[in-house]
Amino acid sequence: MALKTEPMVEQLELLGCIQCGKCTGGCPVARKTVLNIRSLIYQMLVEPELDVAAHPELWDCTCCFTCVERCPKDVRPAELIIGLRGQLVESGRIPETIGAALMGTFRQGNPTGMAREDRAAWVDGTEVKAAQEGCELLYFVCCTASYDPRVQPVARALVRAFQAADLDFGTLGTEESCCGNEVRRMGEIGLFEMLVEENSELIRSVGASRLVTTSPHCFNTFKNEYSLDGMEILHYTQLIAELIEQGRLKFSHPPNLPGREAEGKVTVTYHDPCFLGKQNHIFDEPRAILKAIPGVKLVEMDRNRERSLCCEGGGGRMWAEGTNLEERLAFQRVHEAAETGAEVLAVACPFCLLTLEDAVKVQGLESRLQVMDIMELVDLAL
Amino acid sequence: MVEEVVTRKSAALVIGGGIAGIQAALDIADAGYPVYLVEREPSIGGRMAQLDKTFPTLDCSSCILTPKMVDVGRHPNIELMTYSEVVSVTPPGPPSYPPHGGGGAFRVRVRKKPRYVDVNKCTGCGLCAAACRMKGRVVSRFDEGIAKRSAIYVPFPQAVPLKYTVDPTACLYLTRGKCGKTFLCQDACPAGAIDFEQQEEFVDLEVGAVIVATGYDLIDPRTKPEFGYGVYPEVMTGIEFERLSSASGPTMGEITVNGKRPKDVVFIKCVGSRDPHTGVPYCSRVCCMYTAKHAHLVRDKIPDARITVFYMDVRAFGKGYEEFYDRVRHERVIYRRGEPAEIYRKKARDGQQGDKLVVLAEDTLLGKPIEVEADLVVLATAIVPRTDVLEVAAMFSSLGGLECSPDGFFQEAHPKLRPVDTLLDGVFLAGCCQGPKDIPDTVAQAKAAASSALRVLTQCQEAVPA
Repeated sequence: MALKTEPMVEQLELLGCIQCGKCTGGCPVARKTVLNIRSLIYQMLVEPELDVAAHPELWDCTCCFTCVERCPKDVRPAELIIGLRGQLVESGRIPETIGAALMGTFRQGNPTGMAREDRAAWVDGTEVKAAQEGCELLYFVCCTASYDPRVQPVARALVRAFQAADLDFGTLGTEESCCGNEVRRMGEIGLFEMLVEENSELIRSVGASRLVTTSPHCFNTFKNEYSLDGMEILHYTQLIAELIEQGRLKFSHPPNLPGREAEGKVTVTYHDPCFLGKQNHIFDEPRAILKAIPGVKLVEMDRNRERSLCCEGGGGRMWAEGTNLEERLAFQRVHEAAETGAEVLAVACPFCLLTLEDAVKVQGLESRLQVMDIMELVDLAL
Repeated sequence: MVEEVVTRKSAALVIGGGIAGIQAALDIADAGYPVYLVEREPSIGGRMAQLDKTFPTLDCSSCILTPKMVDVGRHPNIELMTYSEVVSVTPPGPPSYPPHGGGGAFRVRVRKKPRYVDVNKCTGCGLCAAACRMKGRVVSRFDEGIAKRSAIYVPFPQAVPLKYTVDPTACLYLTRGKCGKTFLCQDACPAGAIDFEQQEEFVDLEVGAVIVATGYDLIDPRTKPEFGYGVYPEVMTGIEFERLSSASGPTMGEITVNGKRPKDVVFIKCVGSRDPHTGVPYCSRVCCMYTAKHAHLVRDKIPDARITVFYMDVRAFGKGYEEFYDRVRHERVIYRRGEPAEIYRKKARDGQQGDKLVVLAEDTLLGKPIEVEADLVVLATAIVPRTDVLEVAAMFSSLGGLECSPDGFFQEAHPKLRPVDTLLDGVFLAGCCQGPKDIPDTVAQAKAAASSALRVLTQCQEAVPA
């Protein structure tokens, strides 16, 4: 399908591009697939039309936004990929799994397509107030933490920490819908706007002053793409770090790691999620939490903070395999983590938790390295 | 009866003792007018004194600069005020005011910082520095942190004046109130020059013209965290490379990293420059050529090195510059088009020695992502306005203030037709304080500023009773 290039060149201000190649040079997937965003921008600039369907590698992009962060000319290369995906979505030429994720979100409010009525099942008997009754802090759980059995314990750990700190908080229960961060990045702008409208109305009706998310992906879209009139948007690492700093959340002992007999010291390395670190520059709070946990020794991987390596779980990649299944970035990443000598690879993102844990299994590192969310470590030390 | 009068010539003030200030001061002084040259560091020389060779002729920088510095030091018409800062430039005082200088449009207040050394007694022998308890423990800013010095020091051996200065941020006595039982520097000084009782002094001058030649800073490469500056010792800036490569530098010109000669050397241009993202939208103008010069120096000293220069564009616009770029490529310096995106350390695999740095980039001409190993990476960091540019501008506030252009450098009166004037009559600009430029352009602008200043000075001679 031939796309007229000029309107999108104007809309995305691609004329600022000087073809320096910093975007493709830093693109983690460009090293393993044919995706070349610099070249795509050039084609947009010099060709009257682009055959978008001839570029299946558009679905390789993880929307880590390293290109956006690094571009010296403030071009936003990843936004071109999102825009081109939008063309494919409009014409229906999308991978089946992406279609299913979008349809599931449209019908059930979550990309797995699981029933909306089961959305609050993650609480597993714990008493959590309905935010609709009014609360100071709105906890936006979102899809992965609501439905994925591996991530549900993270949400429960957060609830226990909120309770321990005596916070007045609530959730939207089964009325909560997907935040839409991934939906937008898969190019389905119409569905994204619908989700923004629904969620915004619901969130505003609660009247909370702060909103906290499990996932950096939800945090990113609430903070940068919604307009929630002065409401403070927090990722949980910011809130937990604040509670520790204020002395409202206290640890009583080193974390009791499952499978270990005695409590004691544990060496932890931390993987910066792209949507938290690179895109929103939150590097210190997760580390502050880890350093505050008794018995935790934090060691850094060589590639950390702004140079963290993407786990390949973002930008719709949880629902699309991409064009190179063999060389997963998560494989490389878990080896980097293991090389530090850490026993625990701590993450602060549900997608990172899933992709990296899977990689540890596939790479046979299970005996050496355990992937845990920061909240799981916190929970074990309260 | 007719009262006998003589004319007294008006003086000029030059602020900043780098090559711009030195050249402007010499030209005015040679024309027969008095000059006050004020430099905040203990020595004149500025950035040019730090450089190894100069492009494209490969003259040794200090060999061509030092004679000019010496000329300044002994010129009868130049009063050199080093380790001093201009506090304010204001309209002239009342007639009863007894100024130094010869009258004119400006009264200038200068703060002379205490050196804690009597410059009239100090012979520059260096016995004090050799005796100092902090010897080898104080980071040398002149050597960009590559070498350590004592708390009493001259920044470099060719310093003008060759007088020692006590660093108030490093001296044990000045920072902690105590330095052993006796002052080792005082004990060592045969001239009895060290005087911890020295206080700062204020001197008032009256001058007819002012030349601002306050120079530039370099961007902190940590603003581009992807390059790992400050994380990896193998990643350094261009100015650090100058000190490393300089025959009079801390390694006597031997290029070593972690005690070893680098085999794979990578240069990255435009680090921070041409980058609105870092607040430096402009081209820094000198990096293309000094990077070519650095590559040549590496080739000269390490004949078997693999040298890669990453570039976005090559801007070789001056006399002899394109020819130099041609020469360097023929010396097996490989230019690859693409701005690197990241540097990380790759673990050594079996059979490889040591962990190497890897530079990630796209070779845009190949259209493919590449990884280039490196033992040394040199970042061509952007030229930026000095951090105190607004304070310098504010020194002129009672005259209406000095303007800055949107890039943060001082604003000339007209970008084409009045390139050295400011909007303040009698105040002129020279060198990189007006915008990035190389040495030839800096010297040309300094000479133009001197000429403009002389035009004013010839008109403001005042008659004084004989």
